[in-house]
Parts: sequence; structure tokens; C-alpha cells
Amino acid sequence: MQINVLEYFEHGALTTHRHQTAVVDQGRRFTFDEISRFAKNCAAIILERGAAFNQPIAVFLPKSAATVVADLGILYSGNFYANLDVKSPPERLKATLKNLGAMCIITTGTHGGALRALGVPEHQILLVDAAMRPEAAHDNAALLARLDRVVDTDPLCIIYTSGSTGIPKGVVLNHRGTIDFMDWAFSRLGLDGGEIIGSLSPFYFDIYTLELYLCLAKGATVVIIPEQCAVFPVRLLEFVREHAINFVFWVPTIMVNIATQDLLATMKPESLRKIFFAGEVFPSKSLNYWRRHLPQALFVNLYGPIEISVDCTYFVVDREIPDDQRLPIGVPCRNTDIIILNEQDQPVQKDEVGELCVRGSSLALGYWNNRERTAQAFVQNPLNPHYPELIYRTGDLVNRNSRGEIMIVGRKDFQIKHQGYRIDLGEVEHAALQLEAIGNACVVYDQDRKEITLFFESAHELSTALIRERLVAFLPKYMLPTVFHRVEQLPRNPNGKIDRHLLNNRVRSFDGA
Amino acid sequence: MAHNTTMEELAELLREIRPEFDFTKSHDFLADGMLDSFDMVTLVATLDKTYGISIAGVDILPEHFKDLDTIAALLRKYAVIP
Repeated sequence: MQINVLEYFEHGALTTHRHQTAVVDQGRRFTFDEISRFAKNCAAIILERGAAFNQPIAVFLPKSAATVVADLGILYSGNFYANLDVKSPPERLKATLKNLGAMCIITTGTHGGALRALGVPEHQILLVDAAMRPEAAHDNAALLARLDRVVDTDPLCIIYTSGSTGIPKGVVLNHRGTIDFMDWAFSRLGLDGGEIIGSLSPFYFDIYTLELYLCLAKGATVVIIPEQCAVFPVRLLEFVREHAINFVFWVPTIMVNIATQDLLATMKPESLRKIFFAGEVFPSKSLNYWRRHLPQALFVNLYGPIEISVDCTYFVVDREIPDDQRLPIGVPCRNTDIIILNEQDQPVQKDEVGELCVRGSSLALGYWNNRERTAQAFVQNPLNPHYPELIYRTGDLVNRNSRGEIMIVGRKDFQIKHQGYRIDLGEVEHAALQLEAIGNACVVYDQDRKEITLFFESAHELSTALIRERLVAFLPKYMLPTVFHRVEQLPRNPNGKIDRHLLNNRVRSFDGA
Repeated sequence: MAHNTTMEELAELLREIRPEFDFTKSHDFLADGMLDSFDMVTLVATLDKTYGISIAGVDILPEHFKDLDTIAALLRKYAVIP
């Protein structure tokens, strides 16, 4: 039985594809052998700093082959990685690092400055460059022997996500759940190592988990797509063609852009064979456009919050979904059970809407250093009064269609998906309230226009530029409101709470004005 | 004069998308990190609406969105500015 994801690598690509390409980064090719040597050198460097075991280590690197080296180095050292967003605003990064309490942070010379500016002490900063030099060394047998202590329920990584209190939540994922998901994906979705993966998502997303372990286990190649390609779909499609990419796992936003610009008509990426997507709803109209142009490709809709190892339901697009109908999120992945609970915590009947809850070893271990939020989301299965059994309450409202497939209906709370990013509107409000001039604030999302709108109370008129300039200290770009409305007083409902429903409606009425 | 008016108009459109930047001062919006993929979608939609055109997907290229001059040149191609 496999215990550690590193077994994928040791028994997989490192044995079967040792001198073939593992990662392509800005034209440079890294073989599995190189990745292994660099990662193990990195592990040796980590251990020289103190023999930590089963502890978090942060990675502060732009998306690159070096991130893969750092992540694997951390795993080989018997610890677990937390990939951070190098574009994160200083305040948010500081809050994240404080929550994480990592023994050290792996970075490069160029990015170390940002960490020092935040007051990270020098002895905690570790440069990945040192592990990628020819003279670096490690003791392979000693490293592998040390890993015997790792059990499959130990953490593999921490992925940070937006939290309503202004402090991002660190979701702790373990080896077991990831191995279960990957094994299922290999067999059910026919992933065999022939994949040339066009990697577009940031490495602090869980899409990376699938990309990385598919590469390490089966010998697939991860091609890192330059960030600028995402801005210019023409360049993206050219890149896909140039690198003969045949597998992508993307968020729908970019694919919708390509459909809107009708780019597949003139520059069809013929090499694509498998197209997976997750992170938000793919509008059927755009999906149908893709399917019409690439009939030979397999399209798979995957669903799963970060709190589940990668994903927990899937839908292989096996039929035409009319443009005006929503795409199902499908059925549970193997070794995962989905229960849909109504407000009385009872399983829903037929097409009744309820909250999607997940059961099984795919569940995250909880939120790092945050017992309170963990206890709110990871709860005792209300259908099981007999022994402790946790389920994860996703907050997603769903029902089943006549075929028994799960359909997303909405959200229970104020969490949204915007450009593929998960955002708690509470975090945006929290940031707005850090501005002295703002007395009160409420943020709503216009799903149709994809706009984050800030309503605020202030004594004086405040310019949009000024508010945004201040907010960038707390929020990443994708979380910044794009529409601003100053109001005398935020509307209240009879029990005194801010009336979000009314504000949601008002978003539209402001348009013509 | 017409040239200046267009430039001011463009700078204003961009300022509405990213109020925190001065677009008149940059000669490489992308290298300077002033526009991301989401801004680009917004910008193209805004240009389409403002000038009553429909910029073709194949024209949405980095060389046309480097600075105010290159955007103006693109609009000239669509014959909506002198």
C-alpha cells in the first residue's frame, strides 16, 4: 500500500522515464533525474537547518521548475509545503506567514528581499538556487530511510484560501486523500503518462496537485505556460500548438475568452486530447463551442473545494448540453461519498435542494492553526450518531437532475468564484473597513457582469483611485472591487443586518445611471 | 489636436479600469504589470463599446496593447479615429 506521494516518483517516472523531460520552464527542460537530484539537495539543505519533521515549510517562488524542486525537497525532508503567492500584498502575506509559523521559507535571491522587508529573519530564508548547483549533494539512502516515519495521514501541503476575517485560511491536505484521488484519476480518466500538460494555473491552486503527481507517477511532462499567454489568448493557443500540448486542466475563464473571440475557428489546437476544467461553472454555450471545434477531445468537468484532495465529483461530457442548460458536476469520485443535506440535516428527497457534504478519506485535515473555523466546516456526520465521523460542509447548494447527476444551484454564504479564484466577500469587506475614511462597507458580486461591487459609508466623497490604492495593501488584484458606490447609509433589514439582497438588486439599478 | 484628444480619452478609459496607475507615463503596460487578463477583457469590451467596433480576437496581441500609442494605432486600423 502506498503511503507517501513520493513513492509515485521513486517507483514511477524516476525509474521508468529517468532521463526524459519532467518540466519545461521558459524553454529550459528539466529531466526527472535532475528534478530528483535538485529536490534531494534541497532536502539536505533543509535538514542542515535543523532536523524538523512533519512541519510546514513555505515556498515563496514564482511559478517555475524551482517551485517543483522546492516542494519535492520539502517532502523528501519529511515535511510539507505551503506554496505562497509572490504577488500577495504585504499585509496579506504577513498574516499568512504568521498563521503558518514555518520554520523556514524557500525562495530565490530576487524574492528574498520582499520577505526581509516583512521582517522575516535571515536564518529562516533558504535559497533554492543552492540546491540546483552542480556541486550540491545529498545522501539518498539517508533521506529515504528518514521518510519511513511519514504516515499517510500526515500533511502533504497547505493551500491558502480567502477567509472572511481577513486572514487567509490554510487548508491542510494529506498524502492519503491525494493518493486516493490520483489513483482514481489515472484509471477512470485514462491518464497514462503520454500527457504533455499545459500548466496555466498558479502552483498555489490544487490543479497543480493533479499536474505534479501525474507527471511524477506516470512520466508526463509539465510545460509551464508563461503568464503573459493568459492575457493574450492568441499567444496561448500558439504556445499550445508549439509545444504539442495534449492535456490541459484549466479554469473556464480563459476558455470562455477564447470562445468569445472565436479563436478556435482560425487557430485550432489540434494536439489537445484531454481538456479538464474546474474552479467555476463553465457556461454550456462556451463549452459547446469548444466541443464543436475539438470533437476528438475528452472534456471533463471536475468539482471540489480546496478542503477536498483535488476534487470529489466529476462529469465526463458525454452528451450535448443545450446552451441554456447548466453543466452537471456529475457523480462522486471513487472512495468519496457525497451526501446532500437539507436544513434539517436530513438527506434531500428527489430534486430537493440541499448542501453538498463530503465524506471519506479525501477530506482535508482542517484549517491550519484555526480550530474554530475547522470545527464549523468539518463536522460530525449528522446521519451517524454512533462514532466520530467527520464530513465537510461545502456551503454549495445542489440538487440532482433526473439522471441522478449533481447540479450546482448556489451558495449558502458569501463566498464567490471570480476568475477561478475563491473569494470570501467578507475578506474584501474586512479590508475596506481598514480604511479610516470608510465607516461601514458591504460587498456584493454581480454574477452576470462578473463585478465585485463595494458599497460604503463615508463622511466625505472618496475617489475610486484612492480606495483601490489603499486596498492593494490588503488584497490581491483579483479580489479588488471594480465598482464603487458611496451611500449615506447601508440599507438594513428588520433585524438590523445589512440588507445584501437589496444591495444585490441595486447593483443592476445603478447601471443605467 | 485630434491626436491629443484620443490619447486623453484612452488614458481616461484605462484609468477607469485600473485607477491606481498613470497610463500616460508607461510605455509597456504589460511589463509594468498594469494590465492582467481580466483587465484586458474589460479593456477590449470598453473599446468596442466606446468606438462602436468589434476588435477581432486575432488583433488582441501584446504589440497592440503596449502603450497608448499602440492602442491608438489599433483603433486607426479600425478607422474609428483619424
